[in-house]
This record gives sequence, C-alpha cells and structure tokens, in this order.
Amino acid sequence: MTQPQRVLSYLDALNEALAQELAADPSVVVFGEDAVGGHGCDGTMGHAWGPTRGLHNQFPDRILDAPITESAFVGAAVGAAATGLRPVADLLFVDFAGVCFDQILNQAAKLRYMVGGKAAVPMVLRCMWGTGMRRGAQHSQALYSLFTHIPGLKVVAPSNPVDAKGLLAASIQDDDPVIFFEHKLLYFGSRAVVPEERYTIPLGQAKVVREGDDVTIVAIGRMVNEALAAAERLEAEGVRAEVVDPRTLSPFDFDTVYASVEKTSRLVVVDESNPRCSVATDIAGTVAENRFSSLSAAVRTVTGPHAPVPFSPALEDAFPPNADKIVDAVRSTLPSSVTSKAS
Amino acid sequence: MATESAGTLGREELIEAYRVMRTIRAFEERVHAEFGSGELPGAVHLYAGQEAVAAGVCGALVEGDYIASTHRGHGHAIAKGCDIGAMMRELYGKAGGSCNGKGGSMHIADFERGMLGANGVAAGGAPLACGSALTAKILGKRHVSVAFVGDGAANQGSFAESLNLATVWQLPVVFVVEDNGYAQATGTRYHLRGLDVARRAEAFGMPAAIVDGTDYLAVRAAADAAVERARSGGGPSFIECKAGRFFGHMEGFDQQGYRGEGEVDRLRAEDCLVRFTAAAGLSTEDVNGVDVTVEAAVEVAVAEAKAAPAPEAAELLTDVYVSY
Repeated sequence: MTQPQRVLSYLDALNEALAQELAADPSVVVFGEDAVGGHGCDGTMGHAWGPTRGLHNQFPDRILDAPITESAFVGAAVGAAATGLRPVADLLFVDFAGVCFDQILNQAAKLRYMVGGKAAVPMVLRCMWGTGMRRGAQHSQALYSLFTHIPGLKVVAPSNPVDAKGLLAASIQDDDPVIFFEHKLLYFGSRAVVPEERYTIPLGQAKVVREGDDVTIVAIGRMVNEALAAAERLEAEGVRAEVVDPRTLSPFDFDTVYASVEKTSRLVVVDESNPRCSVATDIAGTVAENRFSSLSAAVRTVTGPHAPVPFSPALEDAFPPNADKIVDAVRSTLPSSVTSKAS
Repeated sequence: MATESAGTLGREELIEAYRVMRTIRAFEERVHAEFGSGELPGAVHLYAGQEAVAAGVCGALVEGDYIASTHRGHGHAIAKGCDIGAMMRELYGKAGGSCNGKGGSMHIADFERGMLGANGVAAGGAPLACGSALTAKILGKRHVSVAFVGDGAANQGSFAESLNLATVWQLPVVFVVEDNGYAQATGTRYHLRGLDVARRAEAFGMPAAIVDGTDYLAVRAAADAAVERARSGGGPSFIECKAGRFFGHMEGFDQQGYRGEGEVDRLRAEDCLVRFTAAAGLSTEDVNGVDVTVEAAVEVAVAEAKAAPAPEAAELLTDVYVSY
C-alpha cells in the first residue's frame, strides 16, 4: 500500500534539510538570532523564529543563539569554516548584510584566494528576501545582485520547497561560502510534496520548469510562480512560453538559458530586484553578447523600479513584477501579427 | 600580574624567545631597507618595536592554537612559527610565497601553523578568532585562539561585538590589543576616549590586564594566564599591551611628522630586545650566536625571494573557489 504523499511548506523543507545535515555531519553548526530562542528568559527554550524550530532538542550543542551582532557572528562563521566547521549562519533579513558586509565581501569571499588556495570557507549565510510582507524599505530587498557580483561567493535562490531542501543541503555540503536567499512569501505560501530522504540538488543547474518554443522567460525565486501564471495565460493566446528557473545565481547556468533561447529566439528576464546592475541585466547582457544571432527580438527585463520598497500595501504591491507585467513584456517581444492576434 | 622574573621559563625557552624577537627585528629592519631601495611592491606595515608582544603571546601558545592577525602582521606570523623564506617570497609577490604571492604583506597567512592571516581591515581578525575558537569548542579540542587588534581597531564595532560574542558563547579566545600610540597618524589621546580599552573589555565580563608591551616577561605572564584560562574552559580574556613602533604606519607613505621630538629615539632606548636580554640573563655569547644565525637566515630569505619566479599567469584565476 502506498503512503499518502507528504506535503511540506518551504519553511519546513528548510528545517528538514538543516536537521538532516546536522545529523549527518558533526561539523555542521547552526546559529543566528533566536536560532534556539528563549535563552536568558524565564520561560521555556526553543522559541525559534523560523526554520530552526525544534532543532535544539535534537542538537543542543550545535544550535546557538547569537546576539544581534551580525559582524561578530558572520565573521565567526568565516573563522569557524576556515578551521573545520560547516557553519550555517542566519542573517534573518538580507537587508542586515549592511551591518556585516565586510565579513561577507572582504573575509568570506576572499580568504581562499588571498591565502593561495590553502584554506576554504565552507559556510552558508541564510537570509530572507523579497517584497510582500509589508516590512518596508529595510526588510524587503532583493539584494542577490550585490553578492553575485563578488567573486568567491556562491548565490542560491530556490523557488519551491523541493529545491529549497535539496539546494540547502548542497550548500551546506559545498566547500565555498554560499549566500542562500529564502523568499519570505514562499515560507508558508509555497507547499509541495518533498522527498523525506536526504538529497541534494547541484548548485549551478537551472531547471526548465515549463517547456515552450515561442519565448524564454527566466524568472528568479518567487517570480517563477508569476512567470508560470503568465505562461498559462499566454498559452491561452497561442503563445508557448518556456520558463527557466536558474535556482543558482552564482554560478549561473547560462548553457540552459542559451539552449532555450536558441529554440525560442526571444528572452524575457523577470527579477524582483532593482533594475540597475542587476542579475536581470546581467542575464540579458550576457545572452545578447553571446547569442545575438539567435535572437529575433530585443531582450526584455521585468524588474522592480529604481526605488526603495514602500510600506503602504497599495504601493508595495505595485513594486514587484507580476503575471500581468510579464505577459506585457512577452507580447512586446512578439511580431506585431501575433500581438494583434492575441489582443 | 606580570613580574620581571624569568624564573618560570627555562634557559632554552628564554633563548627561543630571544630568537623569535630577534628574527622579527631582523626581518623588519631588512624589509625596511629593501623597501627603501624600491625593490618591494605594495603596502608594508612594520612591527619593529612591538616584538615582545607577538613573541610573548605566541610563546604561550602550542601547536593547534590559532592567531588572527592585523595589517601589521609579520611579527605575529614569525612568532607563530611561519617560515621567513616563504614570508619574504610573499612580500615580493613571488611563487612559493606563503600564499603563492596572492596575499602579500597584508594577507600573509599559514593555516598549517595556525596563522589565520594578516588582515587588511582593522579588527577584521577579531570575529575570525571567535570562529576558530568556536571550532575548538564544538569539536571538543583544547585549542586557544588569539585575536590581535591595534589601538585604532579597538574602536571598531566588530571588535566590541566580538568581545560580547566571545563572552556569550564562552569561547576560548584571548583578545590582545596592541596600543602603539597611533591609528595611522592619529594619536590614541584623540581617537581612543574614555577609559582604557581594558576597562571596556572588563565591561563585557572578561578579565583584562594592561601590560608593558616592551617587557616580554610581563606579556608572557599575562598571556600564560589568559591562555590557560581559555584552554581550561574559563572563557575569553583580554590583554592590552603598550609598545611603540619604530617605523611609520606604512613604508614609503609616512614621514612621521606627527611624532614628538626624540620620540623614536626614546622608543629605541626602551628596546624590548635589550630589556629582555638583561632580564633573562642572556650572555653576550648567547645573543651573538642567535644574531648571527638570524641575520644569515634573513639574508637567505631575501636572496631567494629576489631570485624566485613570479607566479604563473594562470594563477590569476585559480583559488577563487574550491569548485565552481
């Protein structure tokens, strides 16, 4: 008799990855603010905020609460990684990278290079990102472009629970520093059947999540769902969109994008971050540079605006790309006959 | 508190301490001369004058212990046992350097010796030392980590954060602030207000000592106590060492007009090497024997560094990642 398939939220998938990696490798250590929760309080322990909930019971010595001192504990993750641990530090909101950027930019990313390859920094820095939770300008950014820019770092941004579990496990097992982006709207909103066994999804491998041959839509993180919704609507108009989820932003699987563009000849890149010097412009520019002859239309990007993320729900909802904006961008890449037929 | 007595150290240990300090001095004096002749590239910060701090602190350490250093890191590296030949090649940016020429003076490191690196960012080493101390604690090893920090870096937020984190996590780490009087060309009287840094450290809940950084035996006694405390699970400690540097902040860029009249002469008159020789009761023969060996070793290091080939062009793109 087959068991009913088990559905996990994105948050629970991350929790399971952490638990399995902690169990498998005694050098894995997890810390951040409220990673245990309840230290120094009169009540009970274990009031973890997020994906570490419950883990301290199983691994009391390897889940640590950190004071709100990101420079110290992110830097400690670097030092620990370089001397034998596999730390998973939790920045909470990626916006807080501002207070510990030296530890990421100058220490974690460059240590191996500066010592001529005689050390490695196998650490993971987990962080929440993205709009939609009414958290305002300092808790809602999509800052992966900053980290993708920096040699020495790897950058991962899973779009669903299955990838979240497999990519987090792969990131913990990876010997380089990984900045791991978890979209906060996916934590509870994204649910899927997740395999119970320990598994990894290799870093640097994109996934074609929907096949089509009229246009390629590359979408990052939560935008994958918006791209799929757009593709559904385009299908009704007779336009078959292929949706590619890069899953990892550094290294970036350009080969999968190239192969798709060679087939479709059109590219729309969907990225929730600000538009300038972004992953979206990087993908668009790199494809234009290397597959110009495959393209039959200008590459389009659909991004947030060159503005901070506002608080007001009415304003915030206008910030990120959505299926409507993606459909419009796709239409703008199509010959006018197709566009007029569609409208 | 430290004493002037050499009683707890054996003769061999005293001669070894002298050898370490003398090696640092000879290395730095020679680098100063070589830089002056235009042969050395880059930013070089010399440690001469502060030798008793590196030697005294690292003298309290054993194999497996870690140090995280500063931009002024040659002395720490030598005191932790790094090879001066590889170090000199690194300063010249040559193949076979400590970091294959990719780090230079400001990033000189040798993980096999527990030297986690000089650091181009003030107080950059303090969080790293918390990390290596966490490794020892989690893996159940009795290794101690030392974070060296200058007086300028003692004002950094990451340093204060590290003091707190080390206390919260009860890490086996010793913070050593070296007050050489200047953050670049800005005096401690200006940039370091309020109480001594040691009092700041005490406020985070750890024992803190202030010692004369030109007195090897005083530094060593304080370091022995702090290291023993860390190794036995007692948590972090702090040592503030006051010792001036003989040279400027950085070779080639610092005319030292900010120094008072005769200041460097006074510092040289309090030379930690001379002071140690007397306190340790070393004979002229003891000293001369070490001096000759050390000078010869530095001579060989420089000659070999000059003759060494540059790194292969392909090295530009290696060691960015373990895999990518």
